[in-house]
Amino acid sequence: MNEASLIGLLVATVSFGALLYLAALGELLAEKAGVLNLGVEGMMAIGAVTAFIAGVELENPWAALVVAMISGAALASVHGFFTVALGAEQVVSGLSLTILGIGLAAYLGKDYVGLPPGAKLEPVQWGGLSDLPWVGPIFFNQAPLVYLALVMGVAVSLVLSNTRLGLALRAAGESASSTDSAGHSVLGLRLSAVAAGGALAGASGAYLTLSLTPQWAEGLTAGRGWIAVALVIFGAWRPGRVAWGALLFGGTLALKTRLQTFGVDFSPIILSMLPYLLTLAILLAISVRSRKRPSPSPTALGLAYRREER
Amino acid sequence: MRSKIAALLAVCVGLGFALTGCGSDDKADTKAAFVYVGPVGDAGWTYAHDVGRQYAEEKTGVETAYVEAVPEGTADFANYVRDFIDQGFNVIIGTSFGYMDDMLALADEYPDVVFEHVSGYKMNDTNFGNTFGRMYEPRYLSGMVAGATTQSGLIGYVAAFPIPEVIRGINAFTLGVQAANPSAQVEVIWTSTWFDPAVEGDSAQAMLDKGADVIAMHQDSTAAGEKAEAAGARWVSYNSDMSAFAPNAFLTAPVWNWGPRYVEIIEAAKAGNYSPTSFWGSMADGTVDLAPIASDVDQSVVDMVMEAKAAIIAGDLHPFTGPLNDQDGNQVLGAGEVMDDGTMLGMMFFVEGVIGSTG
Repeated sequence: MNEASLIGLLVATVSFGALLYLAALGELLAEKAGVLNLGVEGMMAIGAVTAFIAGVELENPWAALVVAMISGAALASVHGFFTVALGAEQVVSGLSLTILGIGLAAYLGKDYVGLPPGAKLEPVQWGGLSDLPWVGPIFFNQAPLVYLALVMGVAVSLVLSNTRLGLALRAAGESASSTDSAGHSVLGLRLSAVAAGGALAGASGAYLTLSLTPQWAEGLTAGRGWIAVALVIFGAWRPGRVAWGALLFGGTLALKTRLQTFGVDFSPIILSMLPYLLTLAILLAISVRSRKRPSPSPTALGLAYRREER
Repeated sequence: MRSKIAALLAVCVGLGFALTGCGSDDKADTKAAFVYVGPVGDAGWTYAHDVGRQYAEEKTGVETAYVEAVPEGTADFANYVRDFIDQGFNVIIGTSFGYMDDMLALADEYPDVVFEHVSGYKMNDTNFGNTFGRMYEPRYLSGMVAGATTQSGLIGYVAAFPIPEVIRGINAFTLGVQAANPSAQVEVIWTSTWFDPAVEGDSAQAMLDKGADVIAMHQDSTAAGEKAEAAGARWVSYNSDMSAFAPNAFLTAPVWNWGPRYVEIIEAAKAGNYSPTSFWGSMADGTVDLAPIASDVDQSVVDMVMEAKAAIIAGDLHPFTGPLNDQDGNQVLGAGEVMDDGTMLGMMFFVEGVIGSTG
């Protein structure tokens, strides 16, 4: 294994990690407010296709990113409307959202398949920092969305733990009725969290079509949205831990095929199972531990709130 | 009682169907239906088939229809085919390996419908044949271009799954590389994907990190080309001319051209003289071809490749001609021996000079 290969592995780890982190962070927000949204894959697909279309039509990558985030939020709001406003079953609605999102993305993108990208978000250059050995290519020559993921991670973490809004949001996920009694709008909090989560999933999708794999074709997201859902559990609903999990899962994604170039003969199929096996292991650990300590999952996660049923 | 009546009705209707089918000599209303494994928007395999379908519709004037993204190994395939037949379609073309056994059974059940299966090997005597292409011919030529282009002497091959079709492509490519540049090496990286741009792009990146300056591939995405473009390396794509995605990196591509074969099948069905064959199309009949070579490639290289192309079409050059050793140095073909089709179709070994394992 040469130095360039090892650096390449770490570059890909950070890059894939950020892709997963953006989507996972969005899911974390929604779940913290008590709404499970299994539609991440669909929202990513919509983000990816709308970013690509906007890129071709507007030829401005930043405008394309905004379009993708708005589209992701809009699709998420469909889930929000059904589960939060109407109290529909969250698992069913979320799964429908995935199917709807993938199908809608295929429909919208039909005329854009096989087109070269109209706009790309190129790697950011940080002057001398980008030229440093090792850290330069790994941390200071990444796509803008990698830094956005970092900023959003810090922001979400700060908002959740240090602000009134964050407190109210978490309360809505723990006990909707007491949040309601305290004078907060459970409906408003949950809808906003779900929409914000959709925007982040949309950004994750945009990262694909604007930087990582600048093209559009059906199936582009290839199940990464599900890894994002798993990551939230893996990271025990904490933004910091989810970040480490994202790097770990991103690393296995990068290692999946790269192992071969290191001369290691190991099935890439086993490696692609690794994130899910790790998640199962964590779930097991959580359930064993929660006999003694409370589970880290938001207490009201998945439960609809209707005031009159209090 | 009710179910008995229903069954009786079904038999009558079925019988009526069969009788009209037998009685009708008028093949003027031939209609061809295509079943695809992927979305027509995949920019690769299925896209190439749909280009062929549109070409055939234009050339024959026959009504065509398609259904996309039909998974292998489920009841969906047979259901779609029955639907098509109920609507009067009498030519069914399935474009994925996994449809093979379903098609064989359906061909037996509907003797008046022509079934043609792409990429399989089973057939019957009356209405079920198969079609594929000698993609190894243009693969060999694309290898020559890659071999003549590489400066570092290392070429990365981003490969899909270790099955004979893919392995045959890698081997033909490598023999082409060696014909142009005996010291160049081809290293294989398996992705276990047909379409996952993130993984395919990253695998190409891994080979670029390792020092490869030309990337070849066997998936349906253009991700490998984008990485080559960004790294200032070169790229041999697959399925169709993908030069628009990486204009500076693009060298050439072995490509499919299904249209002429589809015209042939539909015309035969229309004339009522379809008879099943195991059709393995070649550069000679145009089923496979080499995309135009990038304009910055040296004219002497282009001349060499075009000469080899003419020799293959004339039948004077076969990429798999001995002496040929496998990866471990065991002799596969003696001097002057040409590999037979059966060996090529079941190829599960790498030729000498390929770095990597077949699984």
